[in-house]
Amino acid sequence: MAKIVAGIACSHVPAIGVAMDRGQTATAYWEPLFKGYGPARDWLAKLAPDVAIIVYNDHASAFSLEIIPTFLIGVADRFPIADEGFGPRPVPTVQGHPELAWHLAESLILDEFDMAIANEMPVDHGLTVPLSVTCGQPAAWPFKVIPICVNVVQYPPPTGARCFKLGQAIAKAIATFPQDLRVVIYGTGGMSHQLQGERAGLINRQFDTDFLDNLTKDPVSLTRISHTEYMREAGSEGVEMVMWHVMRGALEENASEVYRHYHVPASNTAAALMILDNRSIA
Amino acid sequence: MTEPHDYDNIPGTYVYDSERGRVGYPLNMFCMSLNKAENRKAFKENEAAYLDRFTLTAEQRRTVLERDWLGMLKVGGNIYYTIKIAFCDGLTFQDVAGMMSGVPKETYAKMMLAGGRSPDGNRYKDAGGAAAEDK
Repeated sequence: MAKIVAGIACSHVPAIGVAMDRGQTATAYWEPLFKGYGPARDWLAKLAPDVAIIVYNDHASAFSLEIIPTFLIGVADRFPIADEGFGPRPVPTVQGHPELAWHLAESLILDEFDMAIANEMPVDHGLTVPLSVTCGQPAAWPFKVIPICVNVVQYPPPTGARCFKLGQAIAKAIATFPQDLRVVIYGTGGMSHQLQGERAGLINRQFDTDFLDNLTKDPVSLTRISHTEYMREAGSEGVEMVMWHVMRGALEENASEVYRHYHVPASNTAAALMILDNRSIA
Repeated sequence: MTEPHDYDNIPGTYVYDSERGRVGYPLNMFCMSLNKAENRKAFKENEAAYLDRFTLTAEQRRTVLERDWLGMLKVGGNIYYTIKIAFCDGLTFQDVAGMMSGVPKETYAKMMLAGGRSPDGNRYKDAGGAAAEDK
């Protein structure tokens, strides 16, 4: 049977991808951030998962305001890299896992999560930056990817509690897939940041630290944070953290923290990377 | 505003809700068109003529032509869309963030290196922080 072996929380700041693509990771500005990614890459390479479910938001790339899916799953066998306005990132095309993706789509919808389904879609930095952060710059990505998009651009995004329940439904679906696949799930975006308005640049280290601590201590309490609280405390774009709840909801209650890296600033953002090991219950 | 929201009193913040979405749709869809290289080229060659393809209001049009980044938000621009104009200009998210918050690029970069803008004094409009007044 398929099994979720780990959860990864990862910010998806576009500038992190640009720094990697331009070979700037060793500069004085970027080195402290990238230094912290090394141990996580080693850990993930050793884990060698077969498939990654990456929960992220599209940033006006695959979808515009024309159609705004709240939850969407990509079932294609490949996902091209999006042109977000400055040319596509020079990273490998993302390979999908249509069989597992369709199983998830069917299972989730019958479990009352009304997913939109995409047979074709380009993927943007929301998905590729976490891949780059955790896999480096390989010629091909080391595992298949199932994209799950969550709307956080048009207010309101789904609630944290709803996202957590979606994660639980994903775990149920994975557990009934008959192939022996080792799956990791990424929750991306965050942490505190605000990209817009006179208040741009807001960072709340205390909020972020408490959030990271509670991902293991008391994840359910985090699902009660309202959108307004995210925006007020963690910046208008900090509300992206609802996507981390999908990841957390898909893990066992006693999943354990094995790695944490937190750095300010990555451009306008507090960037974090956390790995949760889900193998404590075999 | 047709109905109040509990986020209305967050200072210096333009939540892209249904009201802004209704007003901002044409502006943001113009921005979306800049995902295509040939459209970026056409926009750069003749901005005014390119904008004629879209049904922007006069004020939306002005904010684009004058690169009034904060003004764009006030007429329904969404930052994930308006940033595409900045990419056309060779600007970064941080450049635009600095301009929206009304400080020189170096001052903004320094603030970020020092840990970012503190939430203290910036949670509520009447709290007196640097971002507390909508300009």
